[in-house]
Amino acid sequence: MTQAVTVVSRVLDALGTVRDPELDESVTSLGFVGSCTVSDDGVAQVRLRLPTYFCAPNFAFLMVADAYDAVSAVPGISRADIVLEDHFASTEINDGVAARSGFVQSFSGEAVDELENLRADFVRKAVWAGTDRVCRPLIAAGSAGEDLIALTLGRVAPSADLDRLRARRAQLGLPAGDDDPLVIDPASGAAVALESLPLHLRRARVTRVGVDANTGICRGLLQERYRPVAAEGETR
Amino acid sequence: MYEKDGEKYFVVDSHMHYWDASPANWVPGAEQYAKGWIECFHAYQSLAPANTHWPIEKFQKYSEETLMKDLFEDGYVDVAITQPTYLREWYSSGFNDTDRNASLVEKHPGKFIANTRWDPREGDAGIKQLEADVARYGCKGAKMYTAEWREGSRGWTLKDPEAFRFLEKSQELGVKNIHVHKGPTIWPLDKDAFDVSDVDQAATKFPELNFIVEHVGLPRIEDFCFMATQEPNVYAGLSVVVGGLMHARPRFFAKVMGELLFWVGEDKMTFGSDYGIWEPRWQIEGLVAWDFPDGDEFSDYPRVNVASKKKMLGLNAAKLYDIEVPAECQLPADAGEPAAQDDAVLVGP
Repeated sequence: MTQAVTVVSRVLDALGTVRDPELDESVTSLGFVGSCTVSDDGVAQVRLRLPTYFCAPNFAFLMVADAYDAVSAVPGISRADIVLEDHFASTEINDGVAARSGFVQSFSGEAVDELENLRADFVRKAVWAGTDRVCRPLIAAGSAGEDLIALTLGRVAPSADLDRLRARRAQLGLPAGDDDPLVIDPASGAAVALESLPLHLRRARVTRVGVDANTGICRGLLQERYRPVAAEGETR
Repeated sequence: MYEKDGEKYFVVDSHMHYWDASPANWVPGAEQYAKGWIECFHAYQSLAPANTHWPIEKFQKYSEETLMKDLFEDGYVDVAITQPTYLREWYSSGFNDTDRNASLVEKHPGKFIANTRWDPREGDAGIKQLEADVARYGCKGAKMYTAEWREGSRGWTLKDPEAFRFLEKSQELGVKNIHVHKGPTIWPLDKDAFDVSDVDQAATKFPELNFIVEHVGLPRIEDFCFMATQEPNVYAGLSVVVGGLMHARPRFFAKVMGELLFWVGEDKMTFGSDYGIWEPRWQIEGLVAWDFPDGDEFSDYPRVNVASKKKMLGLNAAKLYDIEVPAECQLPADAGEPAAQDDAVLVGP
């Protein structure tokens, strides 16, 4: 019993590393994991669910594939069975991921590229949004533009937002070391000049507002779609 | 018209529908898509105040009487612009086609403006249909639904050469307001289907046309805002922004409005209820009563006043569609006119 519970919690931890690429949040915190069980012989059964029937299939595919990889790597798991439910492309996505066929083959004739470029585009948006998350409290505390452009990552007070920003920058191969500037161009990695800073921060903010608003709507739709299921889950 | 604190607001609902998504209209073999689509819409309604939620049966197909009451009796709307969405692969007679919407225009003169639509994949037949719709209904606007499935294709973009042909024809016919709608959309499958760069190209190539990006490009507000600052003929359609955020997520609503006011400006924001997803009444009352919450995070957004709200609720759209506005609802002489296209290029950096 204790053993099984431990494995399930390890699987859930692994799922916590899987992000919705569009929202840059983990599928567990977004409520996308409908259920998660592990059988005696180590088969993990994970059911994923999304806010709508027509959520973008490319992002859905990435989440299912990432969940497959993350859960498969958990010690004690012999097989990962990841099922996306209630989606117009459930069959293509589930079968494609289970067969390890990749996106192009799973959507034969409809997709030309695998999804790494798409993923990178959204990690870049996460860098923009993360820049706002880290810089805004500094500005509120009195940092001027000159201070911000002189700051390096290692000299910003530690925070979860800072860790997240550094992780996203590192994922894209952008400067993410202690001595690298806090404010960079997320496309080139170059430092930002003082005269460009106001517009840069505006752009960081609008990106964050867009992602946050999108996340808010997704949470609301998911809650409505799975209200009865969520109510049952709470009593377990 | 909505009256509050002695101010009279002329209301143009620039984005609404008269649809039939009832099971009787589902295409055999495509029932799961027809059902999935309308259930997805219905979930959006849950973001509104609870006393405006409908049961799914009513939501699938509402009567003309219900629509007239919700818009004009209870909803303060002066003129409503119907925006067709065909989806004929899923709904036998269309989800809400131009003819169905226009039946309202003919029965209730002066209350409605019927927009048409086109789809570049329809080629010559589509051009002929566009001409026929304009001849019959006098359309000044068209709705683009780029995510429509058609004969194995899952969508199209305004970059397509065929789309340019339809834009040229629209311009020639006086269909000057192009409402672009991006979602829920899934194509191209391996790219970001919500990308608005195709609108950017079309807006540059067709400066005489106005491009109203519905629900402001949500979920890509940042891309939309960047594009809109560079294109003087691009407008922000507020459908979904008000309906989906104002009640359910008021702080995000304030931030989205703040960003739009900064990047796009109050002269280029147009109200649309997206009826039957959301009833107009609570949206109009709420928007007129709305202001930024207190707090530093909102302090450097442009402020709104009575004139801003009059523009957003009706005057901007009235200008786009040449709708006559009663003198009592106009802005005072010193408040200035809603911006013409060429003023707007100054908005933003």
